[in-house]
Amino acid sequence: MFEQVVIASFIIVGAAFACIGLGLSWLLSPTKPTEGKGLTYECGVKPIGKPWIRFRPGYFVFAILYIIFDIKIIFLFPWAIATSYVITGWFIIIEMTIFATILLAGLAYAWKEGVLSWH
Amino acid sequence: MNAWLQAVLWVLMILVVMLANGSLIIYMLRKVLGAAHLRIGPQELGPAGIFQLIPDIIKLLTKEDRHPNNSDRWLYILAPIIIFLPVLVAFGFLPFGYRMVAADINMGIMMMIAFIALVPLGVFAAGWASHNKYSLIGAIRSIAATITYEIPLLLSVIPVVIMAGSLNLSEIVLAQANSIWFVIPALPSAIIFLICAQMETNQAPFDMTEAEGELVAGFSTEYSAMRFGFIFLAEFAGNFVLAGLAVTLFLGGWTLPGVDPATMGILAPVVFVIKTYAVIFLFMMVRGNFSRFRIDRLAQMGWKRMIPFTLVWTIVFAIGYRAFQLWQPSLGSLLTSVFGGGG
Repeated sequence: MFEQVVIASFIIVGAAFACIGLGLSWLLSPTKPTEGKGLTYECGVKPIGKPWIRFRPGYFVFAILYIIFDIKIIFLFPWAIATSYVITGWFIIIEMTIFATILLAGLAYAWKEGVLSWH
Repeated sequence: MNAWLQAVLWVLMILVVMLANGSLIIYMLRKVLGAAHLRIGPQELGPAGIFQLIPDIIKLLTKEDRHPNNSDRWLYILAPIIIFLPVLVAFGFLPFGYRMVAADINMGIMMMIAFIALVPLGVFAAGWASHNKYSLIGAIRSIAATITYEIPLLLSVIPVVIMAGSLNLSEIVLAQANSIWFVIPALPSAIIFLICAQMETNQAPFDMTEAEGELVAGFSTEYSAMRFGFIFLAEFAGNFVLAGLAVTLFLGGWTLPGVDPATMGILAPVVFVIKTYAVIFLFMMVRGNFSRFRIDRLAQMGWKRMIPFTLVWTIVFAIGYRAFQLWQPSLGSLLTSVFGGGG
């Protein structure tokens, strides 16, 4: 229970600290707004066009693969704990070898299909 | 009530450590990078420029803070806090000594990496909310970097978990005190972990999210004054947290070889901090000596090299470790028969 209290107080006190810092800056700093100060920085000229455009991020397939691998790693942590006990024997290691081989085969297939190169 | 008071005291202590760490790292960064580039670094204020930090803080606090026009106002205000908070919480899981840890939870590593993984969310929010093209490119790149380093980072922790048999960081440290530092049997994992930590903290050669000279200042282009101060405080704290995690997992944490952990006492945090700064020094030397990767090369390196390698290495390590566990007694008797025994 104490640990949850610690984490909660980290978030609360940390947020308060950030607010104090930002508030102090707000109190101490001058405010003289001019038109030019609100412009976004674009190498000294007036911004051209809209920044919030739609474009292809180029790593779309990586993101999907990332989710698959990330979930796989959640399986690996309990497996690692079990592996540290010698009584679990060779069986769970063979099991994980098969699992990892399937994943690596999937990665190799993605590689062969060319999705791992950045378009 | 008592628990809350104790918890708040922990937070205040960690905040002091965080601020001291920030001021130390910025001085160290200027001097080390200066030396790496054959410059002197700060030298005007105080001996060897050690008071340079004071005008820096005054400037951050008293600079006029303007929002860009059309920015997503609330996201713009919240982003520095979203970047700052997870790093602060991650500090709470680091064991500074025997029972000197704010939140000693069973899932220590998982929680710590989960909180650190929230930082790119804040970086993305900052880049998106700024309504600036360079910021948006930096934000998109931060996500690309995240999906590259996160998997090797988690995989490189697995051998440590196998050896320690626990996810609790304090128990990992004690397991190393009872055997050897895990960097020796799991050296490839330690190297992969350090590379991923370098990416995680947005440092050159992996600093595509800010990329001065390409993207002005990347996601933090439109940030100034204290908001920028918080982003940088979080960045330096992230340095300490990742280096401290590397020390805890691979370099024996706060223990020393040949010294009983129970007798370390007040020396433990000193040992921990010295080791952590040694790792930070390594980060800075890498930062000063390598040129920036291209973002697509980074993804290629992550997916075609680091992920297959760490996956295979983890399985190989598990097989080797089980073989060692099973044949250790016979190995030991073989060694005693060869070298004549003694004990």
